[in-house]
Amino acid sequence: MTRQDMTTQARSQLSVRSGPVRRRRWFQTPSGREAAWGVVFISPWLIGLVLFVAGPLIASFVLSFTDFNLVHPEAVQFVGLDNYARMASDPNVIKSLLVTLRFAIVSIPLTMVASLGFAVLVNSPKLFARNVFRVLFYMPIQIPLVASTLVWIGFLNTKTGWLDMILRFVGLPGPDWINSETWIYPALALIGLWGVGNFMLINLAGLQSVPTELYEAARIDGAGPGTMFRRITIPIMSPILLYNLVICLITTFQYFTQAYVLTNGRGDPNNATLFINLDLFREAFQFNHLGYGAAIAWLLFVIVLGLTLVLFAFARKWVYYGGSET
Amino acid sequence: MTAQSASRLRSFSDRSPVSRSYRRFLGRASLTLFAVVLLSAYLLPLLYMITTALQQPEQRTTAGAPIYPAAPVTGVYQGETYPIYQVPIDGAIRDLMLVVKGRESSTFVDPADPTGTLIEWTGRWRTLDQAWTFSPDTANFTTAWSQLNFPRLLFNTAAIAVLSTLAAVVSSALVAYGFARFRFPGKNMLFVVLIATIILPFQATLIPTYIIFVKLGWNGTWLPLIVPHLFANAFNVFLLRQYFMSIPRELDEAAMIDGAGPFRILRSVILPGAVPALTAVTLFHFFFSWNDFFVPLLYLSGKPDLQTLPIGIQQYNALYVSEPTLIQAAALMTMIVPVIVFFLAQRSFMRAVVITGVEK
Repeated sequence: MTRQDMTTQARSQLSVRSGPVRRRRWFQTPSGREAAWGVVFISPWLIGLVLFVAGPLIASFVLSFTDFNLVHPEAVQFVGLDNYARMASDPNVIKSLLVTLRFAIVSIPLTMVASLGFAVLVNSPKLFARNVFRVLFYMPIQIPLVASTLVWIGFLNTKTGWLDMILRFVGLPGPDWINSETWIYPALALIGLWGVGNFMLINLAGLQSVPTELYEAARIDGAGPGTMFRRITIPIMSPILLYNLVICLITTFQYFTQAYVLTNGRGDPNNATLFINLDLFREAFQFNHLGYGAAIAWLLFVIVLGLTLVLFAFARKWVYYGGSET
Repeated sequence: MTAQSASRLRSFSDRSPVSRSYRRFLGRASLTLFAVVLLSAYLLPLLYMITTALQQPEQRTTAGAPIYPAAPVTGVYQGETYPIYQVPIDGAIRDLMLVVKGRESSTFVDPADPTGTLIEWTGRWRTLDQAWTFSPDTANFTTAWSQLNFPRLLFNTAAIAVLSTLAAVVSSALVAYGFARFRFPGKNMLFVVLIATIILPFQATLIPTYIIFVKLGWNGTWLPLIVPHLFANAFNVFLLRQYFMSIPRELDEAAMIDGAGPFRILRSVILPGAVPALTAVTLFHFFFSWNDFFVPLLYLSGKPDLQTLPIGIQQYNALYVSEPTLIQAAALMTMIVPVIVFFLAQRSFMRAVVITGVEK
């Protein structure tokens, strides 16, 4: 008798123990009981899916066509596409999309390059005390965002902050990072450098998964380190880089805490930190325009979904999936 | 050093094994030095924070004050305290007490010899630099501690983190067990839905959830921060399921033959076999809850007694934005617990980041 048969028998013994033989219902058969237990165990998530995901998702879609507010919930009216039409001409929404875009252009490349660079560095077998460096380069991501943002606000202060002191010391003009509409994006991207830890670790695992035979073969063919990095490391790492890029994009569109802490939620200077999520927070929870807020949330959702799909579509061109070729 | 080894050091192109290993050592040392410099620059804001938190506010507004935490040096002359300045006399700089301030010339006393002669110096004393001594000051911490009501905030943050972590880990373990060990119709489709919810932006469900919590009277309570975690989190479920599936099924079956039911198997086979994954999920959720800003801001910003640390120090910063010494002390106090927990648990923590990132 095989092990499989034994288990089936064991399971059926469990299922018939309760009583004399009669017509079994579905949940009295071994597979029925197994299915029932499975559903019992996943039920917390299933209930949560209905209560906190599917329900609210539909509700927020419906709300986005209303003028719902919490002060007069009974006076709610369907306003058709008014909220969406209003968004198209709302200077704050347009500004917030531009702000998010400007930040993304500076921040995403910096994050991707820094996380890959750090990973290459702490992966190098030549480095002494590699593990210490890994832990320390990773550590800043564990600092509460509010605290790390406050530290950086002080560090970037144009009068008393150290960065501008260093820049002035070497003869460069220290920009007013926080209060300038232009410099605020590089400033936020610098703050974002403390958030690359997870990407760095994922890249590190990717680097370690590159088969060493490939490097050896390339070395025999006379390839230098630069060529090997471009022709071997990057292609093999490309699925991981795509994953990081997608996550980085999603978090960029949800950017909130740093912008809120920086200006106490005002979006200064001149709305240069009015990120789309901050605009949503203000419309929905400070001005009590919950219907309009739901419309902004859906705009955000559609943009993130669209960009993710675009990334995956482009990924066919540059992402190398080793498994599909062998 | 012998002449032989010196000549080996001089000619790096030499093919002898000593020079090759020496060259390798040099390469490693210079790479490590580069990493140290890069890491120092990366963590420099932390040094800024510690330095500023240990400074007295007056030091920051005084021209010529050093960058490290310092206090002006003073001396005592005939029972009175006087500041000490760096005075150029006869081509040398001397640290002297300024006793009588004059317009064009002032009178100084040597602090090493307070009974000695008065020294007359011609020049404007305002152009002189004060003498400073290294003197870290912990007053910022005690001030911020009481102004923030720090013990209260710390308790709130820890209590919410513990309760929501407990909820998240228990519920996620149950759900992960269901996905890892039982066959039921639609399982694969449900699992795809589960993964999809990881990338769903939380804003998409935010507003109706908020309305429900307000209607339930939960605004201004801890419940919105804890109750949603009773329903498992996709990220945790995914991590635990991967780990549960690596536990041999034979162990379950042996327990089943001994008469164990599904709960018993979960408790005595699966959970003990998945301690690393459970630790990782616990740490992930603990940090998430400790650092969370948006949700506590939404539900607790008007309740100083129920707030968490991130909300507390954000509001503190808004009030005391002109006092960086207090703000940096508060920031340091907020990060100390998560950073210590991280250093204690970094091994299993960092391994779990890799598992979730690579095996998606």
